[in-house]
Amino acid sequence: MDFLSDHQPEMLPGRRQLPPTHGAVEAPHGTTIVAVSFPGGVVLAGDRRATMGNVIAQRDIEKVFPADEYSAVGIAGTAGLAVEMVKLFQLELEHFEKVEGAQLSLEGKANRLSTMIRSNLGMAMQGLAVVPLFAGFDVDRGKGRIFSYDVTGGRSEEHGYAATGSGSLFARGAMKKLFRRDLSESDATTLVVQALYDAADDDSATGGPDVARRIYPIVTVITEDGFRRLDDEESAEIARLILERRLEQPDGPRAALL
Amino acid sequence: MSTPFYVSPQQAMADRAEYARKGIARGRSLVVLQYADGIVFVGENPSRALHKFSEIYDRIGFAAAGKYNEYENLRIGGVRYADMRGYTYDRADVTARGLANVYAQTLGTIFSSAAEKPYEVELVVAEVGETSDGDQIYRLPHDGSIVDEHGSVAVGGNAEQISTYLDQRHQDGMSLAEALKLAVQALSRDTNGTEREIPAERLEVAVLDRTRPQKRKFKRIVGRQLGRLLEADGASTEAESAEEE
Repeated sequence: MDFLSDHQPEMLPGRRQLPPTHGAVEAPHGTTIVAVSFPGGVVLAGDRRATMGNVIAQRDIEKVFPADEYSAVGIAGTAGLAVEMVKLFQLELEHFEKVEGAQLSLEGKANRLSTMIRSNLGMAMQGLAVVPLFAGFDVDRGKGRIFSYDVTGGRSEEHGYAATGSGSLFARGAMKKLFRRDLSESDATTLVVQALYDAADDDSATGGPDVARRIYPIVTVITEDGFRRLDDEESAEIARLILERRLEQPDGPRAALL
Repeated sequence: MSTPFYVSPQQAMADRAEYARKGIARGRSLVVLQYADGIVFVGENPSRALHKFSEIYDRIGFAAAGKYNEYENLRIGGVRYADMRGYTYDRADVTARGLANVYAQTLGTIFSSAAEKPYEVELVVAEVGETSDGDQIYRLPHDGSIVDEHGSVAVGGNAEQISTYLDQRHQDGMSLAEALKLAVQALSRDTNGTEREIPAERLEVAVLDRTRPQKRKFKRIVGRQLGRLLEADGASTEAESAEEE
């Protein structure tokens, strides 16, 4: 935010002096975040585990946040920095909306996030990277869109599905086999939980549905009507259906061979 | 070198107050009323782009009469103050009282500084509470004083006449449609006592609605919804309020 950088630069993430460090800094990390678009909107979901080295730091962390009425951001990387980045991002979108009397375009929001990631590059080089996934409903075009980023702030629009975080390779593989162009909203929410299950299956830093503690992935849907987070019952129900099927088929649904 | 004329401080202040009051009186009046579910802002505004009312924060709204560029400046300052407070501490730590104090300081400093001309604006800062007892409305005249208001308040051109009219007729617990009707009646009375019609397109209406599920309670009422509310009489008001998101 320009005003903040003029008046209180120390409040902005990218402006802090970094102390010299030896070796990697130990701080809680994420994650797997996945997003899938469907006709009429987009779904963004994330698991609940934060790890610090080989220790599980937190079982019920929340990594998917609404950015404003029509967009959401899911965070992977160093939790503390990522949460701060999201807070500042939310503030900026709201501030712009109030001052200008109109919302930023989805493209504009995505670009702004890109700049914020780039300003964190110094910390990223020391191992404290933040790599979010941004999804939103483009009111002008009338469809859901997904943007993925790299540590340098490079932005690319993803068509169909995308994933970020340590388990993203496995999640992307799962989504590749399950994705279709004509998904309904409930298909899309099931698909993201399937992908998160596969990521948790093969990545130790990603948590699967925790039935005993009733901790389920956070699933959010953004459509023309705005942002909506599935409540605990809804997301528990999806997880339960998937678990039941996986008792018979542990590797999940099979794709056709040809 | 010529010696400047001596002007007594009383005279200087009176002149500045006179100047500001005249500037404000040129603008159209607006009213802010409490109703059962919150606070409603109503004003006559031919422009769709230049708003008189605006959102400052979750529960706080802003209304201004007078010179547009001056109050727009103050509005943006207020949004910045609120957003910065909320970011540094917590969203709950942004209050209308704090904001009104900042505005009072700013207006007061400008009013009494010889280098600047006084701002020709009169502001209202309102915060909607959990119940109507928690609602706060502050009126900030051009000189930097703060007046704590209850029920109804009018600022701008013939504010005195309008507020007398409102004071006599405003009741606690009015529905939105009733409050809106009363506000429009009050605004459409001219200084010479005659009434004129204000068409819906020329009205700017916004509410701070405590029943809104979102954190941000400010909402503009435009188009069809405004038309419906203006037409609604006592019987259908219940249905109206239920219909709003």
